[in-house]
Amino acid sequence: MAEFFTSTGLGIALTLVGQVLLVVVPLLVALAFLMYADRKVWAAVQMRKGPNVVGVFGLLQSFADFLKYIVKEVVIPAGADRAVFLLAPMISLVMALVAWAVIPFNDGWVVADINVAILYVFAISSLEVYGVIMGGWASNSKYPFLGSLRSAAQMISYEVSIGLIIIGVIISTGSMNFGNIVQAQDGRFGLFSWYWLPHLPMLFLFLISALAETNRPPFDLPEAESELVAGYQVEYSSTPFLLFMIGELTAVVLMCALISLLFFGGWLSPIPGLPDGILWMLLKMLAMFFVFAMVKAITPRYRYDQLMRLGWKVFLPFSLVWVVFVAFAAKFEWFWGAFARWSTGG
Amino acid sequence: MEELMRDYLPILVFLVVAIGLGLVLMLSAVVIAVRNPDPEKVSAYECGFNAFDDARMKFDVRFYLVSILFIIFDLEIAFLFPWAVAFKDISMVGFWSMMVFLAVLTVGFAYEWKKGALEWE
Repeated sequence: MAEFFTSTGLGIALTLVGQVLLVVVPLLVALAFLMYADRKVWAAVQMRKGPNVVGVFGLLQSFADFLKYIVKEVVIPAGADRAVFLLAPMISLVMALVAWAVIPFNDGWVVADINVAILYVFAISSLEVYGVIMGGWASNSKYPFLGSLRSAAQMISYEVSIGLIIIGVIISTGSMNFGNIVQAQDGRFGLFSWYWLPHLPMLFLFLISALAETNRPPFDLPEAESELVAGYQVEYSSTPFLLFMIGELTAVVLMCALISLLFFGGWLSPIPGLPDGILWMLLKMLAMFFVFAMVKAITPRYRYDQLMRLGWKVFLPFSLVWVVFVAFAAKFEWFWGAFARWSTGG
Repeated sequence: MEELMRDYLPILVFLVVAIGLGLVLMLSAVVIAVRNPDPEKVSAYECGFNAFDDARMKFDVRFYLVSILFIIFDLEIAFLFPWAVAFKDISMVGFWSMMVFLAVLTVGFAYEWKKGALEWE
């Protein structure tokens, strides 16, 4: 029986589908609860109760929302380009999901163990901008059009600094594979061996860039209600809108996973001696999501010109200088090789 | 080739599953939900007015400028990736030539800044 799954074509295909579902299904279920957690945190900060009717403590709220989306009418505006209009949410969802193919949850627990994993995630997350811009253009309505322009400009602006931050981590590791990056952070000092310590300024830059890249508050300018209603999503209803929502939230959780892997040692345990494992990875992702939810709840929205100024005039020069700094620190092994993990064997 | 297939086949399968999921969700609403369009419902949303003119109107040239700047810097990052991966193996020549490349780019960046390409008001 085991032979069937490792040697025949059909068997391999079935195994792969099984592995993919093993990532996608828990991810989607987790999304439902994260959505709920997001709303609960937001409510708690504002001293409200939040969703508390559907199920115990409102735990099933997201599933009720899901059902409601499905039974709603799909309204396609008269002037819209139908094919592009329906393709846009698909791209948004598919790109957000597919990036998870290379994210490991534990040592070797990854669907596609490729050697250019970070480059792949970077490429896929750049493609997400197409969902936004196509959705806005195809709606043939003014608010979505302007909203999508803003969204697209914002996403690509912050992608540059995310790319440069990633370069710094790659220089320290000498590999683009997430497994290797996490192993490079394994050291004698537990959580002080992780990259957050040497790359501390970049951790903050990455976190803020991630907020901007995923259009989360305080950078949710495309959805500035008083200006552009709901940005590129104005004309969307029913499941096409749901796809956008899932795509957006999946991208947020992906950013949580990236931060955990790049700066917080993925599945490594923070205290030397405790066993490593998937539990640490999930805990770290959850902690990051809590940060995202808190930021959403407590920060006021940025203005668009401030956002662009921050991206191009602060983050870009700073991360560029940091890449040069990391390169020098790694080449000449400053700080006892903290930036050159391949040389210390740590 | 065989190894390449083995590495990247899972991504293809992932893509197929994701597309399938998207299609199922999208089609489920089309099948289950009632469709009852009328002219008011399908008209473009414009705060209650009838739409004035075509929505695909002129827009600020700065968006265009941002995308050009993005291409320059994204390309730079694309050049940095292989250099960063091979960082431990490269010689001093490789190290310094990338520093010169970054310096040249910084000059260009300073020029853009001075010219006001990064200004939004």
